[in-house]
Order: sequence, then C-alpha cells, then structure tokens
Amino acid sequence: MDAVRQQALEQAALHGARRISAITLRVGSLAGVEIEALRLAHTVVMADTIAADSRLVIEVVSAECFCAACGQPFPARDGCCDCPRCGRISRELLRGKELQLASLELD
Amino acid sequence: MPLSCLGVDPAMCVDCNCGQPVPAANESPRHLELGQRLLLHNDAQAAANREHFAAAGVRVINLLSSPGSGKTALLERLARELAPSSAAVRHPMAVIVGDLATDNDARRLRAAGVPALQITTGQACHLEAAMVHRALHELDHLGHPLAGLELLVIENVGNLVCPAAFDLGESQRVVLLSVTEGEDKPLKYPATFHSADVVVISKSDLAEACGFDAPQARRHVALVAPKARIVEVSARTGAGIATLLAALGLERVPVAG
Repeated sequence: MDAVRQQALEQAALHGARRISAITLRVGSLAGVEIEALRLAHTVVMADTIAADSRLVIEVVSAECFCAACGQPFPARDGCCDCPRCGRISRELLRGKELQLASLELD
Repeated sequence: MPLSCLGVDPAMCVDCNCGQPVPAANESPRHLELGQRLLLHNDAQAAANREHFAAAGVRVINLLSSPGSGKTALLERLARELAPSSAAVRHPMAVIVGDLATDNDARRLRAAGVPALQITTGQACHLEAAMVHRALHELDHLGHPLAGLELLVIENVGNLVCPAAFDLGESQRVVLLSVTEGEDKPLKYPATFHSADVVVISKSDLAEACGFDAPQARRHVALVAPKARIVEVSARTGAGIATLLAALGLERVPVAG
C-alpha cells in the first residue's frame, strides 16, 4: 500500500492535482495481495495526504489459463490450473498476476 | 485561442513523449488512465540487485514458507553438503534472514559456519528489494563480498502471503512445505505457489508418522505451481538433498562411471 501512495502522489503531483478523489487498482487473483488488507490499509496510509478522502476501487482480474490440448482458455478457479474439459494441467497462465495502479480521479 | 499563438509556450508532456502539452492543472475533475505497474520502485531495485548478482556470479534463492517449515534446518544441511567448488569461492553460501524479531536464525546459521545476516523487519511481513540491497552492503562490510560466494539464500519472513508479490532479484524462488503442514496447504496459498520455481517438501523423514500422502501433495502442488520442480527432502537424514542441489543448479561434479 506504500507503493500505491507513493505512485499515486507522484502522478498527482506530475499532473498538478490538488486532490485525489479516487484510486483504481487492478489486482489479479494470483497477485499475492489480500484485497481486504488493501482496503484496511488504504485509509491509514492515505491519511494526511491529498488522497485522504479518496475512494479505493479494486478491479479484480480472475486468473485464466490456456489449455494447449483443447486450444481454449479456461478460468483457473482458486488458482488451480487443471482444464475443466480435459483435466490436463496447463502451464500457461494468461492473466491473474496483475498488480497495477489503473487510474486516478483528480481534482 | 491556443496559448502557443499568444507566444506562451505551455509545459510539454514528459510522461510518454507524445509531444503534446501537459493538460492544464486545476481542470476538475479528471480521469487519469495509468495502467502503471505497482511496486515499480521495488521492481527497479530488484532489477539492480539481479544485475549485481549476475556480475558477481552468485546464485540467489528467495526462500519462502510458513513459520516452522524447516527453512533454517534445511540451510544448515545445505551448508554441510556444499563444499567450495573452486579456490575463488571462499564460502560456498551465505544467508540473509528476514524475521519480524530476534536474530536466533542467523545465530543458528553462524554456529553452522555460514555467514548470516539478520534483517529484523519490525512490522513488515515480507522482505523488499531495497532491504536486500542494504544487507548486501552489510555482508560486504563484514568481509563477505558477493564475489566470494557461490550461493546466497534470502530466507524470507515466515509467511505464505505477502512475500509473493515482492521480487528481490533472485535467480530462483523456492517455496518450502513441510509434511507436518498437510497436503492441502498449496491449495490454500495458490499465489505463493504459483510464483515458485522449486517446491521443496521438507521433513520427509516424518511423512509416515504424520500420515502424509506424498502423491496427493504432489498433485496439489502441480495444480497451483504447474511449472515448479518438486523435491522431497529431509534435512535430518539428507534424503533428497542431492536432487535439490541439482534443481538449484548447484550439482557437484558427478563421479565418473
């Protein structure tokens, strides 16, 4: 969350903003980040900054694998990479590790 | 009328080389699309660490597990098995240990003859690349420059959640799972296992006593860590240690036969 504060404040300063009203993060389900912990940390970490009253929006990216045998993608539920059609374990993770500062709303 | 026609040169964008003027400040509210990787600063430091490791020719392992999985015992065993591979290597391995408090683990390792440096993280539940960078300088000051090492192990804080997101510049990430933790642990912490290059199943000498189902554990690891090599070891008996060394790229010259 320190990284969120640092990068959001840097971008706000670069764009001459007086206030950050919303912060959107894009978090993959396999990014290794606890969404609830992010929400808890948000208010604490942003206190006394221009993002103190900002909304935190989190877009969760569900993990998805590609099955080479079936030639099709499939959702990797609970991070498990076994294809629901043929049962083979995929070694190709298409998405789910994202950890991005997606966008900011600035005043 | 555009500012430029009034002879005023607006500030130009330095973000993306688009050559466009920076949007005027105080135009409110506005949406700024970024799509910027988080942990940029950590990633930059990790890349610098990685270059530094490569230049020194040292292999670096980031070792992750729950508390009490046998990380330190495994390292004590590895230290015994690893003999210097060449005259240039003064110590085959050194360890940087991250813990919330105490330097017990570093003291244990030093007692086993391994140069070990403790990072006490206080409240931080994981190590970051900058902490490792500082630790490298300290190791150097203590007379253990990277160039004199073959293997550097970074024993991360015992935690299967937070350390996964932080690249430290390691060559390989090793996740340790002890037989006493049960076969389904990988399914409970998929993100950490997904990031592993090698998964070590430790304390294999206790498997029978714990009723540990090794084939099922291997299936679970394969589901959430499809690219990882899986090695079962016992630090106590030495079983599997040679296989682990090979998986870490540290195999000793085999006996000609």
